[in-house]
Amino acid sequence: MGTTPPPINSGDTAWVLTSSALVLAMTAPGLALFYGGMVRRKNVLSMLMQCFMCLSIVSVLWVVYAYSLAFGHSKGFLTPYIGGLDWFMMKGVDINTANADYAATIPHQAYMIFQCMFAVITPALVIGSFAERVKFSAWVLFTVLWLTFVYCPVAHMVWASDGLAGHQWGALDFAGGTVVHMNAGIAGLATALYLGKRIGTDKQGMHNVPFVMIGASLLWFGWFGFNAGSAVAANGLATSAFVVTNTATAAAAISWAACEWIFAGKPTIVGACSGAVAGLVAITPASGFVDVGGSLWIGFLVSVFCYSMVAFVKPKFGYDDTLDAFGVHYIGGLWGALATGLFAVKAINSSGSGVFDGNPGQFMIQVKACALTTIFSFVMTWIICLIIDKTIGMRASAEDEIIGIDLSQHHERAYTILD
Amino acid sequence: MKLVIAIIQPYKLDDVKQELYAANVNLITVSEVLGHGRQVGVDEYYRGVKETGNLLRKVQLEIAVNEDFVEPTIKAIIKGARTGKIGDGKIFVMDLPRCIRIRTGEEGSKAIG
Repeated sequence: MGTTPPPINSGDTAWVLTSSALVLAMTAPGLALFYGGMVRRKNVLSMLMQCFMCLSIVSVLWVVYAYSLAFGHSKGFLTPYIGGLDWFMMKGVDINTANADYAATIPHQAYMIFQCMFAVITPALVIGSFAERVKFSAWVLFTVLWLTFVYCPVAHMVWASDGLAGHQWGALDFAGGTVVHMNAGIAGLATALYLGKRIGTDKQGMHNVPFVMIGASLLWFGWFGFNAGSAVAANGLATSAFVVTNTATAAAAISWAACEWIFAGKPTIVGACSGAVAGLVAITPASGFVDVGGSLWIGFLVSVFCYSMVAFVKPKFGYDDTLDAFGVHYIGGLWGALATGLFAVKAINSSGSGVFDGNPGQFMIQVKACALTTIFSFVMTWIICLIIDKTIGMRASAEDEIIGIDLSQHHERAYTILD
Repeated sequence: MKLVIAIIQPYKLDDVKQELYAANVNLITVSEVLGHGRQVGVDEYYRGVKETGNLLRKVQLEIAVNEDFVEPTIKAIIKGARTGKIGDGKIFVMDLPRCIRIRTGEEGSKAIG
């Protein structure tokens, strides 16, 4: 007889279900408005539609097979890389008992739906890189393939109880710095490089700055579910994650605005919002491991790195990452994942300590996990683009792109001049 | 004096502006307009119901010039706006009987430049 598992805790369950709803709000309407405001007005609906359909498509795939691929168990040499289909159609994912590998005090299905919202937002983040030029049919196929062959393996390697990076190497990623943000960011870069530049604009052509601010604020709001919810319990660790999330985000918003003030003359609202999102990204992997001091360093510095990337490096290279999914999510996620190896302290979470807490080995483990995510995601995304492009075509025709993705792909437009 | 009115594709505005600057034409008024020529618009749908004949977004330029600038202006607009496809737009040239600069009260050719 082993020890009896702890019973299902109603407080923990309530918090995780609430957090799932908070993370849903990050994709729609949070990210949808954040991205929608940043594109030209002939393309705003395509952003809203892709985010909304990403939520719908991934939600269905997740309960059918994707959760099993990401968190289930396969046999043989594939075990550390991807799960099997043993949890197909939620078979064995119980509503009354917990799966102690992932969360001991909440129903297994509560953990599943919480993870569903992470799987929803990750392909939605990629949308920002190929915005304003992708065919809707190609995007649907991309999302299905990318979830299956990129997100599920990466989530498995980092988070599954028998995964390569998390379980075997001991990489720390509390809420998805590598799985969600670096993964989406590097995939975004691959798609932007594959598709090439948009027609007729080198400028952002941002059409609705208030949308950007509403979207960023909803992301900040929902992110409490993302990070504090990742404690999968309503306890002190969740509280700590909540506090450091808010602190790092605020610090990053200040720091981005300050960078603009110094290097470009004036602070902008879009800059402050971008800084906040960069801060949220960076604190994500660290949120369950660092204290307030660490979160201030993470927040203040992430905007310096992301701002440099977007303002100085990107123009030099000339790739058209429309909404900077790479510049913000990859660079921010990379910094966050590495910073976790620096600032993690045992006092917050007994399962992780970093360089400044007397564990110098953790940093190299973080580097390894980052390299794994980067290489795997970039190569797989490139192959998926290639397959789609050679079959149904990835990019909208020049004419459709000029008319706008809203009218050409959805026969709808957001605004009228007359009426 | 002539008034040159051009209807062009919105995404060609930057190119046309660059060509006009290169031809030393620096005074321009731009407005957003709706319309269509032979393209006859793009269909839209409202909950599955087709709505045809919708107007397309275009950009209208108004440029007042002295006689010797008429041809360079037209050439610059064509150079910047032409793609060879339906929908590139049109240029209208009209006589301009009077022109007054509000600040100084100057009239005619002096007021234009």
